[in-house]
Amino acid sequence: MSDFIKSQGDLVIKTTKKNKKPRWHKVGFGSYLVLTLFTLLSVFPFYWMFIVASNGTEAVSKVPPTLLPGSRFFTVISHVYEAAPTFNQSLLNTVYVGTVVAVAQVFFSAIAGFAFAKLNFKGQRYMVLFVIGTMMLPSQLGIIPLFMLVGKMGLLNQLGALIVPALVTAFGVFWMRQVIDSQVPNELLEAASIDGAGVFRAYWSIVVPIISQSSFVLGLFSFLATWNDYLWPLLVLQNPNNLTAQVAVNQLKSSYAIDYALNMGGAFLSTAPLLVLFILVGRRLVRGVMDGAVKG
Amino acid sequence: MSQQTARVSKKAPSPWKPEKLNKKLNNPNAVLSLNGKWGYLFVAPFFLMFLVFGLLPIIYSVYIAFFNWDPLGTQDFIGLTNFQDLMQDPDFWLAMTNTFEIWLLSTIPMLIMSIGLGTVLHSQFLKGSTFWRTILLVPNITSVLAVAIVFGQLFGRDFGIINLVIGSLGLPHIDFIEGSLPSHVAIATMIVWRWTGYNALIFLAAMLAIPGELYESASLDGASKFKQFIYVTLPGLRNTITFVLIVGTIGGLQVFAEPLTLGSSFSGGDAGQFKTLTLYLYDRAFVGGQWGYAAAIGIMITVVVIFVSIINFFLTKRISSETK
Repeated sequence: MSDFIKSQGDLVIKTTKKNKKPRWHKVGFGSYLVLTLFTLLSVFPFYWMFIVASNGTEAVSKVPPTLLPGSRFFTVISHVYEAAPTFNQSLLNTVYVGTVVAVAQVFFSAIAGFAFAKLNFKGQRYMVLFVIGTMMLPSQLGIIPLFMLVGKMGLLNQLGALIVPALVTAFGVFWMRQVIDSQVPNELLEAASIDGAGVFRAYWSIVVPIISQSSFVLGLFSFLATWNDYLWPLLVLQNPNNLTAQVAVNQLKSSYAIDYALNMGGAFLSTAPLLVLFILVGRRLVRGVMDGAVKG
Repeated sequence: MSQQTARVSKKAPSPWKPEKLNKKLNNPNAVLSLNGKWGYLFVAPFFLMFLVFGLLPIIYSVYIAFFNWDPLGTQDFIGLTNFQDLMQDPDFWLAMTNTFEIWLLSTIPMLIMSIGLGTVLHSQFLKGSTFWRTILLVPNITSVLAVAIVFGQLFGRDFGIINLVIGSLGLPHIDFIEGSLPSHVAIATMIVWRWTGYNALIFLAAMLAIPGELYESASLDGASKFKQFIYVTLPGLRNTITFVLIVGTIGGLQVFAEPLTLGSSFSGGDAGQFKTLTLYLYDRAFVGGQWGYAAAIGIMITVVVIFVSIINFFLTKRISSETK
């Protein structure tokens, strides 16, 4: 049997060789070289962050620069905590805001996306066009009135100023509509309604389980975006005891002489949780990005 | 996150080419046995909150743009004066030129590299493809602030690694902060670094959706790898390229976080050499206290973004229909 397969294999190779085997089938050394190069370029800034944070600023002001980790990491980190005593609180704040925003965005996007994908109601087409249209608008356009509004609501210097305006996004609704449209078969919903399920029941027991993976991906993206956002928090949070990680890192910068080790130590502290998260769920993020891509 | 706008999945209808709609139905794909009236309740929370925190501020922004609006003082209606002043404001035009230069310097290399990287990842027999795909997404998850801190040091004039390399080649050091073009290169590098891997995955997904038979028949016809890329891969990517370009434009014309951290202030460098449009908006609003003027800048950014998106859209359509 194995001989047969082998001879078949030989046959295939021979015939394809004759017809010029498609060259894209071959993975040459060059491909791995390119990928390795991009990998190094992708990882190097993180590595450099750690190098500077563990060597101190002197390491980056000599020729040639140090490229190996040093022993001063904990000294530098303790300097970060001296300069920003509430750094841990800032990290916790960021986790809290990111989680609330992610959960809210997934929930509101999923129910609206479900209605747009599977329910038939008047004016719906215009609503969808409206959602798509608003995604084109630059996010800065309304920032001054939003600042006024948040101030009027008494949310300045509170985490609510970050949460309340971020509970819904047009992108989330659009994304969820695409996901539900392509992942949830109409037949399942029809069968459920024949069995007497109403809209809520059908949503809860059929749609929610099917879209849980995609919801997780959307939630992750919202979480990351919230974690990394820093201009809006910079504007609305001015009380040094109540910051997000990005604002805290930014405050380290405001010293008169640039202390690279301090800055990179702070950047490292604010990035390390994301890297851990990425190691845990990076593959699912990749799948989410690729599932959501425009093909054609 | 703005770059993640508007991605369509495989089976979902394209927003560009609305399918012929059943006139009787508002949603031709709907499940009719479910009571559609509940749809209003399901979309209500989104629209209510979006109205208050998304749409109203935008409308109010347009209103403010017609005022001399001092947040701590008076608010006087001045008609179109803000826009007239803007047209004569050298800082505004400097920001406009800088923004477009950074956008060009980042978009084109990013597009070429991400398509190339996508092609490499597309190989069927690539080993460890999950690993490569995952690692390419790493730059995208980091904060712009952290990236800018690291790159700011790497691009440093005296001891930055990039200048050490340039110096070891016997060339004079480049000041990536004080120089206009060098600072744009530095900012564009951060953008390219952040988005190339992400867009490579987008292109990879689109390439995987191209039927394999097309490649097989092309190679049977004796098409070289390069010709297959030109005649099979590229035409199969045209919608994806349009999307990446438009999304990149919307994000690219609003760039501010990188120049803000590079210069540590809203001025965009000592001479405004890397002042961008959005940075200028924030500078006028939160440093200058000219809210009406800043709102007018915001409207101009919107006009430019929409205008460039439309040009992009028609240009890529035109090019793709010619190659087809």
